[in-house]
Amino acid sequence: MINTDILVIGGGPAGMTAAIKASESGAQVIIIERYHELGGQLIKQTHRFFGSKKEQAGIRGISIAQELTEKIENHSNIRVMTEATAEGYYEDEVVTISHENKFKKIKAKKVIIATGASENMLAFENNDLPGVYGAGAVQTLMNLYGILPGEKVIMVGAGNIGLIVSYQLLQAGVDVEAVIEAAPKIGGYLVHASKIRRAGVPIYTSHSIKKAIGENSVQGAEVVELNDNWEMKVGTEKVIEADIICLAVGLNPLSDLLIQAECEVVYTPELGGDVPIRDENLKTTKDHIFVAGDVAGIEEATAAMLEGEIAGLKAVSEIGYSNENIFEELNRLKTELNKLRSGPVGKVIKNGIEKVRRGNYVGKNRYSHLR
Amino acid sequence: MLEKTGIPTSDDLKAIKPDKERLKKGPVALIECFRKIPCDPCFYSCPFDAIDEFKDINDIPNLDYETCTGCGNCIASCPGLAIFVVDYNKNTLSLPYEFLPVPEKGDLVWGLNRAGKKVKKAEVVRVKDPAKNDKTAVVTIKLPKEYLMEVRNIEVGELNG
Ligand SMILES: Cc1cc2nc3c(=O)[nH]c(=O)nc-3n(C[C@H](O)[C@H](O)[C@H](O)COP(=O)(O)OP(=O)(O)OC[C@H]3O[C@@H](n4cnc5c(N)ncnc54)[C@H](O)[C@@H]3O)c2cc1C
Ligand code: SF4
Ligand code: SF4
Repeated sequence: MINTDILVIGGGPAGMTAAIKASESGAQVIIIERYHELGGQLIKQTHRFFGSKKEQAGIRGISIAQELTEKIENHSNIRVMTEATAEGYYEDEVVTISHENKFKKIKAKKVIIATGASENMLAFENNDLPGVYGAGAVQTLMNLYGILPGEKVIMVGAGNIGLIVSYQLLQAGVDVEAVIEAAPKIGGYLVHASKIRRAGVPIYTSHSIKKAIGENSVQGAEVVELNDNWEMKVGTEKVIEADIICLAVGLNPLSDLLIQAECEVVYTPELGGDVPIRDENLKTTKDHIFVAGDVAGIEEATAAMLEGEIAGLKAVSEIGYSNENIFEELNRLKTELNKLRSGPVGKVIKNGIEKVRRGNYVGKNRYSHLR
Repeated sequence: MLEKTGIPTSDDLKAIKPDKERLKKGPVALIECFRKIPCDPCFYSCPFDAIDEFKDINDIPNLDYETCTGCGNCIASCPGLAIFVVDYNKNTLSLPYEFLPVPEKGDLVWGLNRAGKKVKKAEVVRVKDPAKNDKTAVVTIKLPKEYLMEVRNIEVGELNG
């Protein structure tokens, strides 16, 4: 059994800032990451980040990951375990992990879960043909391993991820034939949309993919226009040729560990799926467990980092590593987060968070039957 | 409509156009960032404080055209690649460019409009080293006046073989 003060699960921006903040007070911190390096989504993001300059916006995602990783390496009381996957959470607050082909147990005074999110799939005919990819896989191939996924891509989804990955595909020399979006409006930031549009990529809103075409692999897709009720308009089908269909249709919080740990979890569409009920310090309904980042609701790196700092700071203060300025610092972080969420996109997120604020939620926990 | 196509309409563009008097005075930035998003690096990049400080990080950037010197510092800071500098005296347009190959001074490139259509051939007159701007090149091209408000991207390669 490995004992520690704080265990952070997930080495993305939320987990990394949580670990840094927690360690600054002198606590012993372990951060585990299932991939072989820290960084989470950031290591695939070659574009400049939008967001708050104070939280690193304007620089590229990969550079933010490098900076945070260096900071972590400079803290001698943070132990980093990579290729370490949290597999289970037990009643006695023991977390089991697989690490270096061994099964290990970690017991911490507080656990911060920052596992991020997984990608959504989309149902359409032939969606199991080779050549149908998630945007995350395309990014991993291209930006981590330098492998081109194909020559011509149809992107499904005009949220920020669809728009940004389209841009990265263009940079890699891949033709983006079209971006298809079922909603009547582009969901991502319009500056990103304009960026690919002026590179010649058409964006078709109120359109959906009907089926993938091809025998052994993707050769194209049949796309169709949607009416105001999101129904397919008969007769508007057209075929677009491509060897890749890339799906960027949203993310889903990876809350399995939270459910296992019996934290109350609620389906909240504004936040992308099942998210934990928490208080303003990101503490879940279990005294032992905090959350931060996309697992608490799909948002952005700036928010993930601020949440990580809040959770890290609060968690160590509860086990006696208090610093005198903690209240001011927590307040400052919460104010920053609040400011960030004051725009139209942030309002939706705030609404979602209000619903799952500890004490506010009145519905039934849909996982309670599992117990 | 911008929300449907990604192409700003003439109504959107009206909001950013400095008047003729200002354009005559020399280079000036045009910020084509039309909708509220939580983003603010442009403010921090301007050495002349020509971009108002964001009261709310979701504000649309507000540029004071009289204070703006057209220095171009903001161009590569914007993650939306939404900032351009036009100079109506020298008939040049500066834009951010993140593709390879980076063109060189003297190259002929295609000027593309906001829909990515080739509209005018243009000569590259200056390239700011991408290494200095975390890999974003700032390319300045020479264009007839009537294209300065139309061209917003370039295609490199085809015209130089
Ligand atoms: C294409 C794309 C573009 C984006 N662009 C921007 C942008 O411009 N600006 C911005 O602010 N945000 C952007 N984001 C969003 C941003 O990347 C995420 O919001 C942010 O990474 C969330 O941080 P996180 O730490 O919560 O999760 P993640 O970054 O997903 O990290 C979670 C980590 O946990 C690990 N993990 C999961 N389960 C386990 C387990 N059981 N055991 C051990 N480890 C585990 C994962 O391997 C992962 O490394 C973008 C995202 C994408 C996909
Ligand atoms: S061009 Fe120079 S002066 Fe004008 S806004 Fe940009 S950075 Fe500021
Ligand atoms: S940096 Fe660019 S995208 Fe961000 S607010 Fe300024 S102009 Fe808009």
